[in-house]
Amino acid sequence: MMENIKEILKEVRSDADFNSSENFIEDELLDSLDIIKLISLIDNTFEISIEAEDIVPENFISINTINNLISKYLL
Amino acid sequence: MDINCLSFLEKTAEKFPAKIAVSCKNKCLTFNQLTIYSKYLSRVIPSNKRNSPVAIFLPKSCDTLVAFTAVLYSGNFYAPIDVKTPISRLQHILKSLDPFLIITNTSLISKFSDISDCSILDIDEVDFTYINKCEVDNWTHVIDTDPVYCMHTSGSTGNPKGVLIPHKAVIDYIEWTVQNYQIDSSNKIANQVPFHFDISTLDIFLMFYTGATLHIVPESLFSFPVRLIEYLEKHEITFIFWVPSALSKVSNLKCLKSGNLPNLKFVLFCGEVMPTKCLNYWLNYLPNTIFSNLYGPTETTVASTFYTIDRVFSDSEHLPIGFPCRNTEILLLDQKNQLIKSGEIGEICIRGTGLALAYWRDKNKTEESFIQNPTHTNYPDLIYKTGDLARLNDNRELVFIGRKDTQIKHLGHRIELGEIETALNSLIEIMSCCVLYEHSQIICILESKVKTLNDNSLKNKLLELLPKYMVPSRFHQIDEMPLNQNGKIDRVQLKSLVNDGKY
Repeated sequence: MMENIKEILKEVRSDADFNSSENFIEDELLDSLDIIKLISLIDNTFEISIEAEDIVPENFISINTINNLISKYLL
Repeated sequence: MDINCLSFLEKTAEKFPAKIAVSCKNKCLTFNQLTIYSKYLSRVIPSNKRNSPVAIFLPKSCDTLVAFTAVLYSGNFYAPIDVKTPISRLQHILKSLDPFLIITNTSLISKFSDISDCSILDIDEVDFTYINKCEVDNWTHVIDTDPVYCMHTSGSTGNPKGVLIPHKAVIDYIEWTVQNYQIDSSNKIANQVPFHFDISTLDIFLMFYTGATLHIVPESLFSFPVRLIEYLEKHEITFIFWVPSALSKVSNLKCLKSGNLPNLKFVLFCGEVMPTKCLNYWLNYLPNTIFSNLYGPTETTVASTFYTIDRVFSDSEHLPIGFPCRNTEILLLDQKNQLIKSGEIGEICIRGTGLALAYWRDKNKTEESFIQNPTHTNYPDLIYKTGDLARLNDNRELVFIGRKDTQIKHLGHRIELGEIETALNSLIEIMSCCVLYEHSQIICILESKVKTLNDNSLKNKLLELLPKYMVPSRFHQIDEMPLNQNGKIDRVQLKSLVNDGKY
């Protein structure tokens, strides 16, 4: 799943270096349009539908937090 | 009437020196600090310049407002430029604007390393720490017909045009807003609109005029609507003037709960068509809030007409754009610039105090768009031709129909593409859409939460709302609608993608 997330992030922003960032939001790697695209790609890839309550910055800080978020829906 | 926009800031600063004028992230400025810092900064601006442009290239912050105000105190006018502007567009803007000074910050200054014919000021290098008094008088010579700002709009051709707005246009517009909505110093305004977009003029000068506090909402919050609502509640926001797509972010994710936003008294919106479905969502949770739909191009200072919602609209109905604001008249003209007959569709032409002085250094475009009022020849009296179409409904309210250049002729019928978009926007599954006419086909590009929308079921739903000849023949679903610099749907880009066979 981590690889899937990496690929999705690459599709959202091919020019950004997600590996060397410890906080995607604070480092401004993801702007408001990127978040929309990211959520839509996650929804499609994992066939889930992320709820508004979960669309908060803490869930999009790193590959790990995104992974935890998706896992919650896949249970 | 005040002689210029600073006269009301001066009065407010005298009345509420210690009140917070602007707050952004962890920083805030009182009215006293805002005026003193701005005056101090204005002294760095060459004093031999008058009524000349200063480009402001700064991200939204308290500093940006100090920079704007400093330029006004120096007797000049400011031109805010989006810091995300691609380099070629930036060069085009700077070439046509020809500023004598650019105010920027340490992290952005490298963008101007090739520029030699104008001064560059790094606002981070200015230390305001110990400044507590400063007087300047250049601004007292500024009269109400002098320009206050030059705002760049993306023309449909793609080349940005600089719109030059005089002090009297801003003063009149702000006075009207204060009277019409009864705004006073107790208000807390949450700013969403970028400062390079003219709608932000209201947020800034309403703060100057009334002494209300301006909260600059961090842009990242618009990605996280739940957090956005928390922000508005925490800061007890009473007044917002946003573009509809920002309000849609909240309604699309359905994140309002009953009892949310108890302080929010005014929701004004402008800049694009508000999907009625989105408005109804907000109204449902905030039944006591005043919602007002404003309309106007940059060329006539923020807004020229307004409609405060006073009745129920179904999701598929158009919201009116209503009635002219103070000191404004709307003429609906036909192709020959003659007044249309009652009930017909005509081009919105605007006369009144809000009119821009000109397009900056573009005589031809100015003469093309700002023409003599065709109803008389007694004295010079300019109107602005918007290129937008409207008609009067049975209540004598103006109803926006669409752009002149999005009106098409298909199978012998005159069709306004905006009308098809309104119908689509009323459907629950559509989050955003754009209808184009290419190669004799009506094509719909849409964004939806539903992963695989069925074309036929969409067509059937549209047939309940539109005549058959108006139903698009093709639908193309995309993940995310491309937006232009002003945050509106980028029709030019979508058009070229369709023509390249991508959609």
